[in-house]
Amino acid sequence: MTTIPARGRTWRRRDRRTELLVWAAWLFAVALFVGCFQLISDKTIWAFVWDAPTQAGDLAVRMVPPDWLYIRTLGRPIWDTINIATIGTLIAILLAIPVAYCAARNTTPSVSIVRPIALFIIVSSRSINALIWALMLVTIIGPGVFSGIIAIALRSIGFCAKLLYEAIEEIDEGQVEAVRATGASGAQVTGYGIVPQVLPAFAGISVFRWDINIRESTVLGLVGAGGIGLELNAAITQLYWTQVSLILLVIIGTVIVSEWVSAKIRHAII
Amino acid sequence: MLRIKGLTKRYRTGDLALKGIDIDVPDGQVMALIGPSGAGKSTVIRCINRLVEPTSGSITLNDTDIVKLGSADLRRMRRRMGMIFQEYALVERLSVMENVLTGRLGYVGFWQSWLRRFPQSDIDEAFRLLERVGLDHMADKRADELSGGQRQRVGICRALIQNPELLLVDEPTASLDPKTSRQIMRLIRELCSERHLSAIINIHDVMLAQMFAERIVGLRLGEIVYDGPPDKLTPAVLTSIYGEEDWSATIRKVDEEAPDEEADNVVPFEVPRPDRDRLAGLT
Repeated sequence: MTTIPARGRTWRRRDRRTELLVWAAWLFAVALFVGCFQLISDKTIWAFVWDAPTQAGDLAVRMVPPDWLYIRTLGRPIWDTINIATIGTLIAILLAIPVAYCAARNTTPSVSIVRPIALFIIVSSRSINALIWALMLVTIIGPGVFSGIIAIALRSIGFCAKLLYEAIEEIDEGQVEAVRATGASGAQVTGYGIVPQVLPAFAGISVFRWDINIRESTVLGLVGAGGIGLELNAAITQLYWTQVSLILLVIIGTVIVSEWVSAKIRHAII
Repeated sequence: MLRIKGLTKRYRTGDLALKGIDIDVPDGQVMALIGPSGAGKSTVIRCINRLVEPTSGSITLNDTDIVKLGSADLRRMRRRMGMIFQEYALVERLSVMENVLTGRLGYVGFWQSWLRRFPQSDIDEAFRLLERVGLDHMADKRADELSGGQRQRVGICRALIQNPELLLVDEPTASLDPKTSRQIMRLIRELCSERHLSAIINIHDVMLAQMFAERIVGLRLGEIVYDGPPDKLTPAVLTSIYGEEDWSATIRKVDEEAPDEEADNVVPFEVPRPDRDRLAGLT
């Protein structure tokens, strides 16, 4: 058996051609960055930018101290916000289950017709922000909490359905096959073979989305879809900065509580 | 009586997995199906309960042609065939009891099963079977808390609670250690003779096949190359099944280890332990 001499053989990660290409790519990226910076710089009124710290400081001073008594009027809006998020999430989950079932390659009734429709629902729901849904819904069904709920729901269907159908596609087919081999009906195969396997993922997704929706629903009021955003909008337009700062504090508090709750729930499930 | 005639399976990829297999399995016979990976052993078993659709041929169980059944009749037919899997295929997040009762799904309605309201007779039978395999104290444990041997015993209960006429066993010991493998094979064998069940057991381990089966069928590239009693498995036969290799060790071991196996069960100078402990892997 012949052996190749171990010494004197050079090794490079890339050959010369690839090396040059990598350098060229870096050069191009740097040039692009410098070019873009130039473009943006030309269109920026730098006087305003240099002034920004002063402006921010000024605003900060006007925000302090928060108007603590204003909290008495915030109870209702924050309750609305939480309701928008919670009910919106519930509706989304209920609608997402059948969509996910139809979108998952291993459970869909038809790969060529039903699955593309389900995927389209998911994509369209995900690509439009809740704020845009709210903007449209306020013109359709009028301002208020209901528009907010529907906006959150429409936005969340895609998110929940996408994660859920991915969970369904990742299940262990062996368990499903075993249930099928006992002579179980289609519904029973789903109930015994698939549901137990995706239940933890399902619960995790729901709580995660609820958590996101609490944050999203705080801004829906900006376009008139109810909740604490309405108050925020009013306070900003009226330049009541002490009220604005209190609202921001309340929002931060709510989000922290919701994160804590969802972390607790997820921990309990997994 | 299971009668397979001219069973052919061509997968969509074009691979011809089975080339016209004929096997008759009389009632109460335990048959081992051996052969190299890819010989089509799993395909044979899965064609019988039609988890895999046969391309052509006929499979009759007590004069009913399984291949021709519609979906409702197929489900009724599947109830009569219990299946045991290599990786146990228990529903991991369900309890032991729920997994065993899964074997009754073919007999109860959807809502009854969804709400876990199984008939008392099913629950009694489940406890009886779990007791038989030494796991009745584990009924409320989740399946993923069990060891490999315990899971396979739950798998066996799930198949038996169907009250089947035929057991389809797919590599029952491939994920188990040698001792547990023997215990599981012995258990399957005992249960088959208790209930006068016939069984088709796919198995890699030639030695185990010889120890526990009455009849051995060797499959190679989708064709039967041996069909006969275990003691006729000569090196020449094994070569025709698996290809050229030194088989003397494999075959000699059977002779040596068979008495060993018996000695294994008798614990000297100790009170004989109850059956349950042995089966539960406590010895």
